[in-house]
Amino acid sequence: MADMTATLPGQRRRPFVMRYPSVLVFLICLSLFSVGATILSEGFGIGIISTSFIKTLGKTLCLCLVALAMDLVWGYCGILSLGHMAFFGLGGYAIGMWLMYERTRLIVAENLALGPLPPTPQELSDGIATQIFGVVGASEFPPIWAFAHSLPLQLLAVVLVPGLLALVFGWLAFRSRVTGVYLSILTQAMTLALSLYLFQNDSGLRGNNGLSGLQNLPGLDDVGQDALSVYFLWASAFALGGGYVLATWIVSGKFGSVLRGIRDDEARVRFLGYPVEGFKLFVFSLSAVIAGIAGALYYPQAGIINPAELAPIASIYLAVWVAIGGRGRLYGAVIGAAFVSLLSTWFTGGQAPDVVIGPLRIQWVDWWTVLLGLSFVGVTLFAPKGISGIVDWIAERRAPDRHGKDLGPAPGSLREQEGQE
Amino acid sequence: MSALLEVSGVSVSFDGFKALNNLSFNIGSQELRAVIGPNGAGKTTFMDVVTGKARPDEGRISWGEPPVSLLGTSESKIAVAGIGRKFQRPTVFEDQSVADNLVMALKKPRAPWAVLFFKPGRADWDRVAELAEEIGLADALERKSGELSHGQKQWLEIGMLLAQEPRLLLVDEPAAGMTAAEREKTTELLTEAAKTRAVVVVEHDMEFVRRLNCKVTVLHEGSVLAEGSIDHVTKNDRVIEVYLGR
Repeated sequence: MADMTATLPGQRRRPFVMRYPSVLVFLICLSLFSVGATILSEGFGIGIISTSFIKTLGKTLCLCLVALAMDLVWGYCGILSLGHMAFFGLGGYAIGMWLMYERTRLIVAENLALGPLPPTPQELSDGIATQIFGVVGASEFPPIWAFAHSLPLQLLAVVLVPGLLALVFGWLAFRSRVTGVYLSILTQAMTLALSLYLFQNDSGLRGNNGLSGLQNLPGLDDVGQDALSVYFLWASAFALGGGYVLATWIVSGKFGSVLRGIRDDEARVRFLGYPVEGFKLFVFSLSAVIAGIAGALYYPQAGIINPAELAPIASIYLAVWVAIGGRGRLYGAVIGAAFVSLLSTWFTGGQAPDVVIGPLRIQWVDWWTVLLGLSFVGVTLFAPKGISGIVDWIAERRAPDRHGKDLGPAPGSLREQEGQE
Repeated sequence: MSALLEVSGVSVSFDGFKALNNLSFNIGSQELRAVIGPNGAGKTTFMDVVTGKARPDEGRISWGEPPVSLLGTSESKIAVAGIGRKFQRPTVFEDQSVADNLVMALKKPRAPWAVLFFKPGRADWDRVAELAEEIGLADALERKSGELSHGQKQWLEIGMLLAQEPRLLLVDEPAAGMTAAEREKTTELLTEAAKTRAVVVVEHDMEFVRRLNCKVTVLHEGSVLAEGSIDHVTKNDRVIEVYLGR
């Protein structure tokens, strides 16, 4: 007994990365990946990987980050949110507004400078508004563009808008003790409503046209896309690395214990005296903020954002990635998002060869979703741990858990307890 | 002796069925009490009402000194105020180690922010080790609680309750599904706990109640039928009729 009290605290006081070796492994893999991609890129390296593929890789890192956020709420806290891509999209819109405003301003200012008189601020503002909102038949800035001229304010919006939406939505839902499938339906409704609203021309965000030209950073015209794509890849990698460390810190220790407790038996946690709603609200909002940041990094690489990105199906895909990767462990979510979204790019990009079975010709562009659906059902039924279950399988083979089993091969050999004495 | 918990005239009905009917019940601050009664007598509803899970239609529930009303208080706040509850089915967090379960239950700030920055110190680990010793799980601290036997899970749950340091412990059928030796250990744990706090044990099993050797309250159809020592209540004609006679 005495040695128990002595070793227990000691074990727990090792440095953070030693207690959670997966963090170190993850960060090393992420750095190697980023360095490797840079070396192979057109912008800074030998040019084996095209700029558009670098962008795909950068976008994939952002998807990994939003999957991480999803795993935090679903895998650890048991909240199956089917509306997380709404937060991702809002982050994208927030940064997109500044990108579009500022770039249009530079162009309009350049054009007006050619005239005989220097333009008044009103002329400049009207010029920008006409350029941006001409497609939806408006020529004035809607009120929500009030801060679009300021990069710091829009960056703040990247964090605040998804965070506040999640806070209000979560407060209403969790306080009424909506859980399980009803909560999932509510989150679907949220993202659907948001997407339908944005589709309207008078939503102030250019309706179904969305925001475009986001890949061109204002004032950085001299820097080519080949270099920019690498910068964004690195920015996404840093965000993912930081998100991973933050998420690991949150799910470790007592907070993580309480979260997993809420996932497994909410009522019991309540009777232990924990304000369950507060915990859920905290995790839900934090995860929305992470999703917003991921979106803000994703859409400048994608170049365009429109309301279809917030459609319910996007959030369902997100849940599928996390399920296939293995929920309830952070690297599982990352692996799932990277694997499935890259595979999806390959299949839907038309590179996958058609399969001909008799009269049936399987063209992957159409059939990929069928395959994805089947693998989702397969994973749910036969491998609930997802792809990352392989890690357990390898660990089990390398260091089998022999607690309570015979130490030797012969029956009646020393048992664990006797062996320790 | 003034009462720690005073339930007076409480009624609860679900869809017209009166689960509690003008129930009154008192317990002192250091007392072991057994509550018995046939199925549907309102034992579990009584616990639900006290812990904030169910809202009474009428009646008062006052707690502590000076007495405060518990009506309309959330489950978590009632738990923090010092009422711990053990469910019939052992409900420990099976996915987590025995130590994690106990650390979660330790009496510490419960707000999300405080929990996020909480680091168990030396004193906390000593307390966990002490509790583990008490409930006979000292060697199992690092094991997942899902691997424990049924009896061990029950003890772990009692240990978690003790870690909360409640002033009142509500225990629902602690001896269900236990072997004779395990029952003995459970009796010991509960009588020991009752020396420093109030303990209410809801039980079906007469033998177990007899072993607890304490005051007994018999519930029937949502109100108190009889109260007194076990010998006293088992001689009561109405108790024999509704409960023991079957």
